[in-house]
Amino acid sequence: MRQIILMALCLFQINLLYAKPVQVIKISYITQEKKIPAALSNLDAFIQNQGMMGANIATDDNNTTGQFTGQKFELNRIIAPVEADLVKLFKQQVSDDTPFIITNLAAKKLKQLVDLDVAKDKLFFDATTIDDDLRNKQCRDNVLHLLPSRSMRADALAQYMMKKKWTQWFLVKGMAEEDELYAIALKRAANRFGITVVEEKQWTHTYDARRTAQSDVPVFTQGVDYDVLVVADEQGLFGEYFDYRSWIPRPVIGTQGLVPTAWHQTHEQWGAVQIQNRFKVLAGRKMQEQDYGAYLAARSIGEAVVRTKSNKMKIIKDYLMGNEFALQGYKGKALSFRSWNGQLRQPVLLAAARSLVSVAPLDGFLHPKTELDTLGFDKAESSCNRMIESNGEVPLEVNTKNVNGFEETVNKLIQQLMNYYNNLNGNK
Amino acid sequence: MKQNLFGVALVSACLSLSVHAETVIVTLEKDNALAVIDPVEGKLIKTVPIGQRPRGIALSPDNKYLYVATSDDNTVKIINADTYEEVGQLPSGEDPETFALNPAGDRLYVSNEDDHLVTVIDTVSKKAIAEVKVGIEPEGIAVSSDNQWVVSASETTNMIHWIDVKTNQIVENTLVDARPRAANFTADNTQLWVTSEMAGTLMILDVATKQIIKKIKLDIQGLTADKIQPVGVVIDNERRWGYVAIGPANRVAVINAQTLEVEKFLLVGQRVWNLAFSPDQKRLYTTNGRSNDVSIIDLENHKVTKSVGVGRFPWGIVSKP
Repeated sequence: MRQIILMALCLFQINLLYAKPVQVIKISYITQEKKIPAALSNLDAFIQNQGMMGANIATDDNNTTGQFTGQKFELNRIIAPVEADLVKLFKQQVSDDTPFIITNLAAKKLKQLVDLDVAKDKLFFDATTIDDDLRNKQCRDNVLHLLPSRSMRADALAQYMMKKKWTQWFLVKGMAEEDELYAIALKRAANRFGITVVEEKQWTHTYDARRTAQSDVPVFTQGVDYDVLVVADEQGLFGEYFDYRSWIPRPVIGTQGLVPTAWHQTHEQWGAVQIQNRFKVLAGRKMQEQDYGAYLAARSIGEAVVRTKSNKMKIIKDYLMGNEFALQGYKGKALSFRSWNGQLRQPVLLAAARSLVSVAPLDGFLHPKTELDTLGFDKAESSCNRMIESNGEVPLEVNTKNVNGFEETVNKLIQQLMNYYNNLNGNK
Repeated sequence: MKQNLFGVALVSACLSLSVHAETVIVTLEKDNALAVIDPVEGKLIKTVPIGQRPRGIALSPDNKYLYVATSDDNTVKIINADTYEEVGQLPSGEDPETFALNPAGDRLYVSNEDDHLVTVIDTVSKKAIAEVKVGIEPEGIAVSSDNQWVVSASETTNMIHWIDVKTNQIVENTLVDARPRAANFTADNTQLWVTSEMAGTLMILDVATKQIIKKIKLDIQGLTADKIQPVGVVIDNERRWGYVAIGPANRVAVINAQTLEVEKFLLVGQRVWNLAFSPDQKRLYTTNGRSNDVSIIDLENHKVTKSVGVGRFPWGIVSKP
């Protein structure tokens, strides 16, 4: 009892000590419930509202800091039902004086919101999508992306495969649009790092384990030699069937098997075990990738607000896009945003179900600025015409287009030279 | 030359015979053991099992006891510094990693990373006497030698919390660079040196004003900023030199403590983590987590003279006269 009184007194004292005028930072977290998909197996329960807990924990963390700095972070949580009109809900529930929006929405829905007139003065933190398009041609000036894009993931995989010298890929993709995008990212990575896709096939069989796994997979993978089977099946409908069932014994990588991901249950290094434990205690489950995305989103806001002592969108955005911003994300390297497309640069984990295999970028993949930019679309490769005011970089189209045009010409020249050279060699 | 060698051998033989020979004690995080080194000979004398995941280590002012945080046992063990036998345990709270002893040796301040607390333990009664609520994930901790301040660095809140020793209350907070890891006072207690792992900086704080008076960005030619992750920091008694362990850069930065400029970088083992002076401050010892060794640096010439293999994941280090 005495201890409790003592504790209460201590807390009271803390409150007294930090009773400064409080600056309020309003953040809205918006997500839409998902239809529960058909389960491949009952091993992993479907998690509705993945991501929310990440935002909650980060807001708690922010408020712990806030009690020392006189700042208070308010998280307004908006969960739209499956069929709800998101735009209407957004207009109703996000107040005009809320500058920061964390979204857990698919690309299509996200675009609807960020293009609204009322969204112009808000900064969106996309904690979910992995679309390359959103970070390139379709990029928006008022959106930051927390999770690594498909191309960053594919590059991470490719780097590790280069290290292993497993450079002959058999690519299997699903029927979904996302699978095609994942396959495109994989092929881009293969091309970048000198990997050969020896075979590319689409899975058109059923998703029924009893039938598919033992009979279809061996036949499907027959008749070609390769080093690894690379699967593009984002929904997880059939990818798990390939391990141990392919015609020749080969490891599976991609969306199943060895997966490139921003977060994983096996990750414990660099203080990660602390957030894993904290998350488990508070959420009653393990931290997932989208939780991590939302955590980073709210932490980015917290970090910028504490450093700038501001709750104004413009000031926070400038700080986030500037060189000073260094976010601690439990991955051993400071995380920051790419000025050209608002993508958070970060290490990508390469994880098997119960073991963390490697972390990209791998040693030896060099970059003049930061090795983290060996993953995904680098500045010169990006087609995002994002206006960059904060860094004093040359804004907009003319410049970017010129660079791209120049690159294209150079690439063509290189290609022609290589063809010429190959022909010469061939003729010998 | 031969005579010289003989002389050296004789002297070191005498030293090793002498009862008061210096020993260096290292916690081995993965081997659950202490490594005992003769730093003059540059030899591993023995390893002693200690408990699950030992990390932080400190020596009592009378050199009689070692305090070792065995993180996975959720305790700080009291070890006889001569026999390495366990003589008691302290209620450290969960997952203790780093801690600091006050100059008198009767208070131990432990960072409880998971609970965001600093626990104050009376080493005589072996009881926790206070808990101080600090920022998220407190790690680095230090007590000033005039016993006025305890500072706690919280890794996610990115602050140095100044705790008044008399009241066990936070009096002030200083916002520092991302993921502050270690903090240490200069011997005259006018400065606090703090390392930031993510920003790759060493910050010098003025104890009187609690403000950062100098920020040193550690740049090493040929290494990208990602590899510059400073951790342990120590400053010699005369405040001539300060030393910073730079983790995966595998180097120790030598800082001129008067001009606050980087003098040079010394290449040591992989993922250099924590640092300790020899009692006469003529040598500096480093724990190198990845290469499983301890580097010995001769401080008169600022040269790395030896590396001693110790066991898996050497973490904390103290030297005993």
